[in-house]
Amino acid sequence: MSETAEHSPHHIDVKEFHPRAKAAIHNPKIRRNFRKAMDGLMTKRKSAFEGWDLETLRDLGANIRLRALANLPDLLEQLEQKLTENGVKVHWALDGDEACRIVRDICKARDAKTVIKGKSMVSEEMELNHYLEEQGIEALESDLGEYIVQLADETPSHIIMPAIHKNTDEISKLLHEKTGTDLSHDVEYLTASARLQLREKFMNADVGVSGVNFAVAETGTLCLVENEGNGRMTTTVPPCHIAVTGIEKVVPNLEDVTALLALLTRSATGQHITTYFNMISGPRKPDELDGPEEVHLVLVDNGRSSIYQDDELLDTLRCIRCGACMNHCPVYTRVGGHTYGTTYPGPIGKILMPHLIGLDEGRHLPSASSLCGACGEVCPVKIPIPDLLVRLRQESVDGDKLHPAKVRGHGAKRSAVEAMIWKGWSWMHAHPGAYRFGTNMAARFRKLQPGQIGGWTQYRTAPKLAPKTLHERMKERGQ
Amino acid sequence: MSSRETILQRLRNRSGGELTAPECDFSVLERPDWSTSERIALFEKAIESVHGEVHHCSNDNWLDRLAEVLSTRGVRNLLIPREHEIGLKLRSVAEREDLPNLLIYDEPIESWQPALFNDVDAGITSTRGGIAETGSLILWPTADEPRLMSLVPPVHVAVLYASELYTTFRDAMTAQNWAAGMPTNALLISGPSKTADIEQTLAYGVHGPKELIVLIIE
Repeated sequence: MSETAEHSPHHIDVKEFHPRAKAAIHNPKIRRNFRKAMDGLMTKRKSAFEGWDLETLRDLGANIRLRALANLPDLLEQLEQKLTENGVKVHWALDGDEACRIVRDICKARDAKTVIKGKSMVSEEMELNHYLEEQGIEALESDLGEYIVQLADETPSHIIMPAIHKNTDEISKLLHEKTGTDLSHDVEYLTASARLQLREKFMNADVGVSGVNFAVAETGTLCLVENEGNGRMTTTVPPCHIAVTGIEKVVPNLEDVTALLALLTRSATGQHITTYFNMISGPRKPDELDGPEEVHLVLVDNGRSSIYQDDELLDTLRCIRCGACMNHCPVYTRVGGHTYGTTYPGPIGKILMPHLIGLDEGRHLPSASSLCGACGEVCPVKIPIPDLLVRLRQESVDGDKLHPAKVRGHGAKRSAVEAMIWKGWSWMHAHPGAYRFGTNMAARFRKLQPGQIGGWTQYRTAPKLAPKTLHERMKERGQ
Repeated sequence: MSSRETILQRLRNRSGGELTAPECDFSVLERPDWSTSERIALFEKAIESVHGEVHHCSNDNWLDRLAEVLSTRGVRNLLIPREHEIGLKLRSVAEREDLPNLLIYDEPIESWQPALFNDVDAGITSTRGGIAETGSLILWPTADEPRLMSLVPPVHVAVLYASELYTTFRDAMTAQNWAAGMPTNALLISGPSKTADIEQTLAYGVHGPKELIVLIIE
């Protein structure tokens, strides 16, 4: 196993994008499952924003995120100070491995054997479950979608709806095989069975691990957005709660959360609000009768501080993880989430993952897009995703002399032949004599033009050179 | 150097230079000054759209409505706060036959967790108001009304005073000055627990209550 491949979920080789895409496109079940779900989510989002001045709201969302990023180091310190005052222990991790070790050490100190998890994409990024299993600690997902994905030994195919690639029939069979429930297409029955199984687990878990949607610096408050109640269970029932989050999730004020929450749930699933908006500011107080006695926050960098250095790439960190970009992406809808082979699939994955795994490993990600622009149009915090895709494409071929490439693994797709062709092209366009001679020759010898031009003609016919150059035709017209 | 210092230093010594923070104009979140009855109507519409149930009551008849709501569901017992007036009032009429057994959450969860998870049919809590725009209840769990009261029993009954219904989330947190300090846990609850993780089919009561019943006292 190569070193880089270890950073991808379940050791999928990210570079093998094209064979996976081809297989997915020819899989009618995948196509049907995703298409149905994405069409539904697009419609719901649209109706959820009816009556809103959406552009102004998106501007506010973008400004809130930019303001937070502008003061990021100060806000992180303020958050740490407030949380510490509230009795929460704050940890810092440079990468996923360090974050895993921090979680392990907290577990070991408590002699914890079982961990129950609420949904957390950062923990997926860290591959926390596998790490804990290796350490002899059972890690069980409690979000229904994550639970299904874990039973199937898969990874989430969508950041909000992890099991969206499976239909009821597949889930019914999976639950039957793994947990002994009856085969049934009754979703109520399947859900109720999972409730019973997981309630036992909540009661017996030693530690609960959750993500964070927003961390508020002014009050030291960790906000969690969810519908199921598993997040509340995870953060309330076990005696110890560990929250893991990326360092970019902090905002200065509680007021900021009101706008971001309005954008998040409507963009994600078309809901005005989720069932639970859970705000945690500290462990159980001496007179309280439930809640964890210990609360920890692990702040994970994992490449974010590198993204932070560049004015353009910085916009990647605005993301509030709603998934609207993937719901609206024509590529994602057709190939599904697993094709990308990365923790975060779809447009946000294409602009975020290259920083996490390097552009050499993630070389195909920025190109897996038609640049149609839908992702940028629906992004609730106005991340210019198409522009960032173009920027990463340039970086992957070291294609912009004026702006030196910065992303780890840049230049991975650079080809000497292609570079030479473009060099010749630009020289010719700067030298009119050579240009005229070249185009004249091309027109004269156009019969020699090859019919097949590599990848270009795989799905298209080759363009034909005109018998006369533009200059010649203009001259003829003028006569 | 610790990871903390490394991260903070990287952020502080940003190669792109210092960033300027844009202004944030929150006026897009402002709503007209709706009347109480308009707010109630809006709240009811929003919470019913996500499977919440609303009953209009007064200070005099909410106990009757509660008894009715619980008995139609065959609820055998009800978890109540000990000190809050809701609990006091319920205990004062505990002998009423149409009311279920009253239980009090007065011990740390560790001492009675299996009973709470397996044997309690319903819980009743107060609220710190509601939000009309999104149909949400505001709960700040306390020692008297611990966090799990509104989460573990299959039925959650919440008492909401119409006078404490705010138009937006932002209005509520401003009026109650949340920025001055937050409790260990604060919640917005908008409907019963639900999931759409199986092929986008909605199912209620996945981990939390299957039913949310709001008694609005006008």
